[in-house]
Amino acid sequence: MRRDRATVAMMLGIPVIQLLVFGFAIRMDVRHLPMAVYDESRTQESRDLIQKLAATDNFVVARQAASYPEAIRLIDTGAVRAAIVIPVDYARRLKRGRSSMAQLLVDASDPNTSQNAIAAAQLVGQRKNIEILAALSGTPLRTETPPVDIRVRPLYNPALKSSIFIVPGIIGMILSITMMIITSMSVVREREQGTLEQLIVTPITRGEIMIGKIAPYVLVGYVQLTAVLTLGHFIFDVPIRGSLLVVYAVTFLFITANLGLGLFISTLAKTQAQSMQGSYFFFLPNVLLSGFMFPREGMPHVAREIGLLFPLTYYLQILRGVILKGENFLDVLPQTLMLLLLALVFFGFSVQRFQKRLG
Amino acid sequence: MPESSPEAEPVVLVRSIVRRFGRITAVDDVSFEIRPGEIFGILGPNGSGKTTTIRILCGLLQPTSGTASVAGIDVVRDPDAVKSRIGYMSQAFGLYRDLSIQENLRFYAGVYGLEGTWRERVDWAIRAMHVTAAPTQLAGTLSGGIKQRLALACALLHRPPVVFLDEPTAGVDPAARRLFWRIIRGLADEGTTMIVTTHYMDEAEKFDRLAFLSQGRLKAVGTPAEVKSSFGTGQSLEDIFVTLQEREGA
Repeated sequence: MRRDRATVAMMLGIPVIQLLVFGFAIRMDVRHLPMAVYDESRTQESRDLIQKLAATDNFVVARQAASYPEAIRLIDTGAVRAAIVIPVDYARRLKRGRSSMAQLLVDASDPNTSQNAIAAAQLVGQRKNIEILAALSGTPLRTETPPVDIRVRPLYNPALKSSIFIVPGIIGMILSITMMIITSMSVVREREQGTLEQLIVTPITRGEIMIGKIAPYVLVGYVQLTAVLTLGHFIFDVPIRGSLLVVYAVTFLFITANLGLGLFISTLAKTQAQSMQGSYFFFLPNVLLSGFMFPREGMPHVAREIGLLFPLTYYLQILRGVILKGENFLDVLPQTLMLLLLALVFFGFSVQRFQKRLG
Repeated sequence: MPESSPEAEPVVLVRSIVRRFGRITAVDDVSFEIRPGEIFGILGPNGSGKTTTIRILCGLLQPTSGTASVAGIDVVRDPDAVKSRIGYMSQAFGLYRDLSIQENLRFYAGVYGLEGTWRERVDWAIRAMHVTAAPTQLAGTLSGGIKQRLALACALLHRPPVVFLDEPTAGVDPAARRLFWRIIRGLADEGTTMIVTTHYMDEAEKFDRLAFLSQGRLKAVGTPAEVKSSFGTGQSLEDIFVTLQEREGA
């Protein structure tokens, strides 16, 4: 084992990474959800409600919306994850001892995150009620319902089904695994078995060898994407609200970036076992920090920054945005450009390394 | 004895090649010539520079200095062009174990760009190389001897004038070795130049000429008899080999 440095590094490296990531980066309870405010009431009472919501730490007032459609639009584009809508008669009704309604719109595409937010908002409502009722004690109530009624409207995933949120994530996950593990293994296997040695003394060029090694996996990736989308749609009722064309086009960038990672691993590993370990090493932070399982909003700054280096982070945002929220190409353009950049960097770098290692 | 006349143009020309890896000199000023149709042996203990020399001739490695040409192509200046003119059979079985005999041959026919003629070439290779197994049998399940002849068949599909065989008989039983050498001799008689490395000194007698390498230097080159006499009388090639190796170890 002293001679097998790679294994030792893996055995020490993986637990350390896991410990650090789980310990510091992963919070199941999401705080500081960006929230838009559409306050038609513009009164002492409405500002008080907004302030109480912000005081829970679950929400941060990020934007002001000038209309209801704008509030929805801000959530659609991912600018905010929630919006509080306070109607014009909010304060007036309260003063008359009538029940006042406010609406909280929540991006529920991630049920974990939204459930916390919903619970927090409802708690604010209840506290407010107790406060008001205490102040009014003695005065008869003219209504059966509590004074402040925060109605929650979960968008995109009204039943808060986790399967709907998980399916797009699974696509990203499966593609990552296939492209990274299978590609690196298949190249390393050829080196291990000597078939690569036999190939490089033939007239086919290094570029041709490489294309031959990776082209089939692009096809495999598209078959996987189609299979998961189809099953997800028909078995788990995952809605496909946006353009499939965008999904398929962006997937090419994601596949390319991951093939680059796979090739890179193949240039480091000498044996198939090492390439397995290597893939796992890359894979783990990918799963944990990309937002696949744990909401990125809940992570500390550093962890979130690290997550920005993974193609999966952007790909998940695009998939969830387009599939669940019906975002169009322009909405996901920033993520697409980042994905393009990562694909070019990873793939370009790995191709160069791969070509050098062949000789 | 060589079939070709001594005045025939050499098919392989090596002139003072040197290859250094960092501070180690793997090949140190080696020169020799090989004529068409020769079975030419490259002998030497491990680490003597055999593999480095062959890799340079196959265009896989650039020499630090010196020139070399194979089948009329300057391998230093145009290393990629030589690849369609040579066949190469590696020590490790380099074919796809999960493909059948026929699929491997078909694949290599494609790799060498045999479009229209691949079918007849594959049939020829199976017959001439005595690949005596069902064409649909998976290569990974073949015996050592048939594996070796299948690898040779793949290396010969495109009729290369020069073929490199790296330790071809390692791990093959005596009967299969004898058949293999008969095939090699037949190919040489038809004009194909065979360049072979080996550890087996009893096989050295089968070479028309051979080069003896030790620590990257060329110790002797010529017919087996010439090489023997250059080291002094009475010693067999095996004795010379062991002596060289012991001297290095000391």
